[in-house]
Amino acid sequence: MATTRILEWLGRIYVWLLLAFLYLPIIIMALMSFNASPFYQLPFEWTTDWYASLWQNDQLISATWNSLKIAVITTIICVVLGTAASLALYRYEFRGKKLLQALLFPPIAIPWLITGTAMLIFFFGIGIGRGLFAILLGHVALALPYVIVVVSARLQTFAPELEEAARSLGANQWLVTNRVTLPWIMPGVIAGGLFAFAVSFDQFVVSYFLSTPGQTTLPVEIYAAIRKGFTPEINAVSTIIIVVSMALMLLTARFFKFGGEK
Amino acid sequence: MAAQSATASRGGLRKALPLMAPAYLWLTVAIFLPLSAMVFFSFMTDLPLSGKPWAFTLGNYAAFFSQSLYLTLLLASLRLGLEVTLWCVVIGYPAAYVLAKVLKGRSREAIFLLVILPFWSNGLVRIFSWAMVLREGGILDTALNAVLPFKINIDLMYSYPAVIIGLVHSYVPYMVLTCYLTLQAIDDSLIEAGRSLGASRLQVLKRVIIPLSMPGLVAGAALIFVPVVGSFMEPRILGGRTGTFYGTVIEDQFVAVFNWPLGAALSFILLAVVLVILAIASPVLRRAT
Repeated sequence: MATTRILEWLGRIYVWLLLAFLYLPIIIMALMSFNASPFYQLPFEWTTDWYASLWQNDQLISATWNSLKIAVITTIICVVLGTAASLALYRYEFRGKKLLQALLFPPIAIPWLITGTAMLIFFFGIGIGRGLFAILLGHVALALPYVIVVVSARLQTFAPELEEAARSLGANQWLVTNRVTLPWIMPGVIAGGLFAFAVSFDQFVVSYFLSTPGQTTLPVEIYAAIRKGFTPEINAVSTIIIVVSMALMLLTARFFKFGGEK
Repeated sequence: MAAQSATASRGGLRKALPLMAPAYLWLTVAIFLPLSAMVFFSFMTDLPLSGKPWAFTLGNYAAFFSQSLYLTLLLASLRLGLEVTLWCVVIGYPAAYVLAKVLKGRSREAIFLLVILPFWSNGLVRIFSWAMVLREGGILDTALNAVLPFKINIDLMYSYPAVIIGLVHSYVPYMVLTCYLTLQAIDDSLIEAGRSLGASRLQVLKRVIIPLSMPGLVAGAALIFVPVVGSFMEPRILGGRTGTFYGTVIEDQFVAVFNWPLGAALSFILLAVVLVILAIASPVLRRAT
């Protein structure tokens, strides 16, 4: 038994070491955004200048604005189209349904490098070209399968008898969906929406291939800045992004957990 | 599944179509047609839209097979994928085990969330954060020199190990997640039975735990290996000049050299490799679900 106890403690220590490995770089990166030296020199001297200077950077602000707009529109489109598709896949039986469900996985499994370059070629070929609209087209396609998977998972916990009951009480299809089904799957829909927002807001690879100098998103702008050289401004904007996306995911986890309970 | 057959009806497709069509139409326009177009373009000498004359050719594929550079880089990327996957198994599996079998209740929930959380945050930013740690005169350098009595020069930045570290950091939560899910499903009484029948800890691990958690390991490996083989941003930032891989060459074709047909061919070859890997992994994955 003593050996078991020791092993268990070693295990706990190990997990904390893993957490340190995962978080220390991020914490250091964030700390450096509050350090006065433009060359990241120590000793540490507190400043918020780098955050202040972000406000002067028009290019960055416009890219942030683009990122937010695209993420919001992506979320709305994905939630509507994704929920509708999930309902169809849940309610109806038809030939080729398995195939349609299987088709959701290529967009998730194929590396974004391949998807991104393929979109670039195709959008260019049919005249859409690059830019914000192309980026939006791409983001929705990347996030949609995630939303369908998440909402479908929630639908699996739904009892179809509830729809039957509502129908037998005289509710039409619209009422049944609106008053019975949608309220039940709402946690899944919200989780899916937050997921879609995160996929879009953090998306770099596909945006990178589809952006043009004027029409770009925040991650693409950051990548360009990193390749020019490291500056504390990059740390500042990175810190903001990481805080936002982690908060978003904590929120998703909350909804998803509630979604998992019956 | 039972729920679905309960609501099954004839003419299901007719009713399902209006609800599904928009989503699948979108996926067709933005994913499936582009992938097909990429295959098509990879057999061309030039883009038809550029106004220049174009013709069908096998030249782009011939370039891949005749110049050993591309094959070498593809092998380098595959090796990178393999190494990162192995490190993720070595680091992630024990952590998944501790989470599933040692920790309980709230502390398990909290730590699980903490492990998964960075995975959903911006990958680019996390790679950048490693640049802060690894660069010369960076935190690792400074910290080690402050602790150690002798002067050492840690210059990991712009090296192969830096790329490995950054990628492992990016993908290890995936391995923890998939392994945790399968490990958690193993009945504790199986482990106790093995122990009480006289098997050592190591034997239980080898004969019971690892075989039963194999689907999680394979799923994690596939989910890590595939994107790592296609990575280009991580090697660019952390690898510098040593960071030339198959992915960075594809990136170059599209953003620097502007040889899109060659880039399409290289992308398609990568896609073929990826599909083969997923096909090999899928029997094990299907058994898991």
